[in-house]
Amino acid sequence: MRIQFEKRIDQSKISGFLIPAASFLLALLFSALILILFGIDPLQAYSVMVKGSLGSTYALTETLVKSIPLMLTGLGVSIAFQMHFWNIGAEGQLAMGGIAAAYVALFLNNMIPPALLLPAMFLAGGLAGAIWALIPAGLKATIGVNEILTTLMMNYIAILLVEYLYLGPWRDPKGFGFPGTAQFVAAAWLPRLTGRVHYGIIFAIGGAILLWFLLKHTKFGYEIRLIGENPKAARYSGINIAKNIILVMLISGGLSGIAGMAEVSGISHRLYTGLTVGYGYTAIIVAWLANLNPLGILVVAFSMGALLVGGDQLQIAMQTPAAVADILQGAILFFMLGGSIFNTYKIKITHKKSIQHGEKTHE
Amino acid sequence: MNEAFVLSILVITIRAGTSLLYATFGAILTERSGIQNLGVEGIMMVGAAASFAAAYHSNSAWLGLLTAVLVGVILGCIHAFLTITLRAEQVVCGLAMTIFGTGLASFMGQRLGPGNSTMVGLQGPAFERIGIPFLRDIPYVGEALFNQDILVYLLYLLIPVIWIFIYKTRQGLELRAVGENPQAIDALGMNVTKTRFTYTVLGAIFMAVAGAHLSLGYLQGWADNITGGRGWIAIALVIFSTWNPLRAVLGALLFGGINALQFRLQAAGTTLPSSFLNMLPYIVTILVLVLITWAERRARRLGTPTALGIPFVREEKK
Repeated sequence: MRIQFEKRIDQSKISGFLIPAASFLLALLFSALILILFGIDPLQAYSVMVKGSLGSTYALTETLVKSIPLMLTGLGVSIAFQMHFWNIGAEGQLAMGGIAAAYVALFLNNMIPPALLLPAMFLAGGLAGAIWALIPAGLKATIGVNEILTTLMMNYIAILLVEYLYLGPWRDPKGFGFPGTAQFVAAAWLPRLTGRVHYGIIFAIGGAILLWFLLKHTKFGYEIRLIGENPKAARYSGINIAKNIILVMLISGGLSGIAGMAEVSGISHRLYTGLTVGYGYTAIIVAWLANLNPLGILVVAFSMGALLVGGDQLQIAMQTPAAVADILQGAILFFMLGGSIFNTYKIKITHKKSIQHGEKTHE
Repeated sequence: MNEAFVLSILVITIRAGTSLLYATFGAILTERSGIQNLGVEGIMMVGAAASFAAAYHSNSAWLGLLTAVLVGVILGCIHAFLTITLRAEQVVCGLAMTIFGTGLASFMGQRLGPGNSTMVGLQGPAFERIGIPFLRDIPYVGEALFNQDILVYLLYLLIPVIWIFIYKTRQGLELRAVGENPQAIDALGMNVTKTRFTYTVLGAIFMAVAGAHLSLGYLQGWADNITGGRGWIAIALVIFSTWNPLRAVLGALLFGGINALQFRLQAAGTTLPSSFLNMLPYIVTILVLVLITWAERRARRLGTPTALGIPFVREEKK
């Protein structure tokens, strides 16, 4: 018996929905095995997670709260992934956005009229994220330095910078040793819609629409998709790849920077350790599961937000480590990646030892 | 700057460099076959957590090491199956491995202590330092080189073995060829898939052992995020080494040295904030990458296996 892959001629209609759904189910099964291995009842654990993240109005709003930074960073990395520029620095770009917004809120609040404070923080956050992303982008565009490693190293540096600031010079002098800055003035708080859900959700939806328009209806969008699919063809057709790397990373970092601004301004109202909890890494999963589709990212970010809230509930209700959520995330992505082969190939199992004839593709 | 200070820096350089070098060797072997595995950080993390847990409960560091090997086999098979058999996007697959591995290791850390409690702060069996008679008495370097744990000595053996294997043996030639031109290897009737599978799994074993050296040798214990980016630095070292294991030794010593300097400066009570000290390895990584990419580009010689990251698909016979 041998297993062969045969190139699909027709693009399967069901694959867009079936593969993510099947990946999700298989990941649940796979993670259930891990839970059983560690002596945890998976059914009980999953039901706690579902109830805790979707089972009440409060749970739903908390899930939305967590999905806002996932939406923004997910959108951010997705545009870079479109051109196969592997920006895994969303975490650091988010951190820099948070730092810049906190700087405006803490130190410029008596120079800026209260009505303009939030717009100023928004701009500062977006700019800081964009500038942080510009460094790896510039290094890639000019010398060709591996962006996976530089964006990642920049995460560690940004996270340590946040730590330095809230433990050192920006620490609240009246905070009785609390590791964090003083609370922002009220004018620097992003208004809330319901529960803790703040205006960041509007930024996210706006960002998704903007990105969708850019990708589908502009020359710029066409160019970056072409670079992603076929860099050689893009170069021959005269597309300036270096320029596009810079532009894309400015947008990508800017979106993550805005995520950081929304977190400090909408949730914590200060800079502290809770800013960098891994949203920038989950963003990679969000973008990939959504097939890099901006509107899909909003939906997937919501489900990943539910997973995170569910993980926290698990810790509270069952004293089971919240890391279960991370295991599930990784597993979902594994199955999704494994399943994506069915988008382009049909599996054929033959029983006779036939002459080998494979398939012809170039990815 | 006295003699004891310099000596302690040398000792820590070797200890910190060891796990980096294991991980780098793992990545070199994998990438030489044409497969990119960006899951080093995740595999190291699970290797560190699982080996510490196993060593703690069995009271044997050796069983811990064996567990790490097992972790490498399992995670290596997952990566190999997805990227080779199912031709999944290698970059994203590696990232998935890092996210999955970090989550799994953190889960183990919180769960595998005595009575389902945390492993943080536990003391378990470790690979203790064994001084080699006479050699350890060599002035200056003796104490640093020849009073180390068994995994360090094993690495001393592996350095020449891996170099000879890659450059001087038939299997090594096949490994390099598969990473450079899999079509030609296939035409010669050799099995590309099998070779890639083998080295992806072997590489993952090295990565998991790198993690085990952190929790059983160098740091001796479990802490959340114990690898602290070492897996990623190892990937940077692969580029620095131009896929040559001997140059990787230099890189590992450089980064081990930075670790040691951090450690000593902190212990000596420097006025520099610890956050800045901790940034050092990451900043140096970026600088090293920039320099090496620039230099190699000028010399028009990068050493990247030509087929790295490209799934092997057999051409259809018409």
